[in-house]
Amino acid sequence: MRLLLALALALLALPALAPAAQAVEPSEMLPDPALEARARDIGRNLRCVVCQNQSIDDSAAEVAHDMRRAVRDRLSAGDGDTQVYAFMVARYGDYVLLKPPFKPGTLVLWLGAPVLLLVAGGALLVAARRRRAASTPQPLSDEEQRRLDALLKRDA
Amino acid sequence: MKSNRLLFLLPLLTLCAMAVFFGWALLSGRDPASIGSVMVGRPAPKLEGVELGGGKPKLVNFFASWCAPCLAEHPLFTRLKEREGTAIVGIAWKDKPEATRAWLAKLGDPFKQLLFDQEGKTALDWGLSGVPETYLIDGQGIVRLHFRGPITEQDLKERILPLLKSGS
Repeated sequence: MRLLLALALALLALPALAPAAQAVEPSEMLPDPALEARARDIGRNLRCVVCQNQSIDDSAAEVAHDMRRAVRDRLSAGDGDTQVYAFMVARYGDYVLLKPPFKPGTLVLWLGAPVLLLVAGGALLVAARRRRAASTPQPLSDEEQRRLDALLKRDA
Repeated sequence: MKSNRLLFLLPLLTLCAMAVFFGWALLSGRDPASIGSVMVGRPAPKLEGVELGGGKPKLVNFFASWCAPCLAEHPLFTRLKEREGTAIVGIAWKDKPEATRAWLAKLGDPFKQLLFDQEGKTALDWGLSGVPETYLIDGQGIVRLHFRGPITEQDLKERILPLLKSGS
């Protein structure tokens, strides 16, 4: 039983241990490991334009290959990371960024869910407070207390 | 008490809002797979040996001999060239020049100029995602239309021809 459990756990952990699918071919890599590492970081954040939701580093598509090469060309030419991203956005638009930028056009995307959560949470809180206020018994007024005392005394 | 009764309508109203949204998404004809183009409205990227924006509109078509949709749209370009005299620049993308030439020899060559982009470097500057893709460049050298995928009869009639005929 314990062995089975261990096996199941190992299976669950497997995808986390295995290296992510990489489409970067050895022939594409830059000789300078630092530059190649930067290229990988950028490649992970750029979206392949023909595969909906894969980074160019994960995609074997022709265009993804060309984009990886362009990233390395720009880096080798001395471009900074932001310049490389700008190069891609100038050609493919914000679509090419896997993490969309924070700007007026994307406000709903970034803030929609948190705002909705706050509004819903607030509404729930207000409702809960009201219910508690309604269900808390009011203390008896002096008049009511006197009547109660009188009734109790009569029965006794 | 009145506000409480209105609260019961909330799920119904939410449902209505969702129905309107889904209805719009289904019927508006918008393509969620479309990645759009940032090229439209901007000056066309340079092409070696090609004059874009010399007063007359031009079409730029990326194609390849191995691409089936390119085969499908090819007769439309032939028609444009023969009936309208449109200047079309063909760019063979990731294709062997001899294969491209054989393809054009067999089907007819509608291109005024033919370029080769075997490494896909020109394509990247044009924001290309694959073949076929077609751009209309106006007389001032500004990209006016960008089609991802093969152009259709309808595209030709409703979008390309009006712009070609308006001159500039």
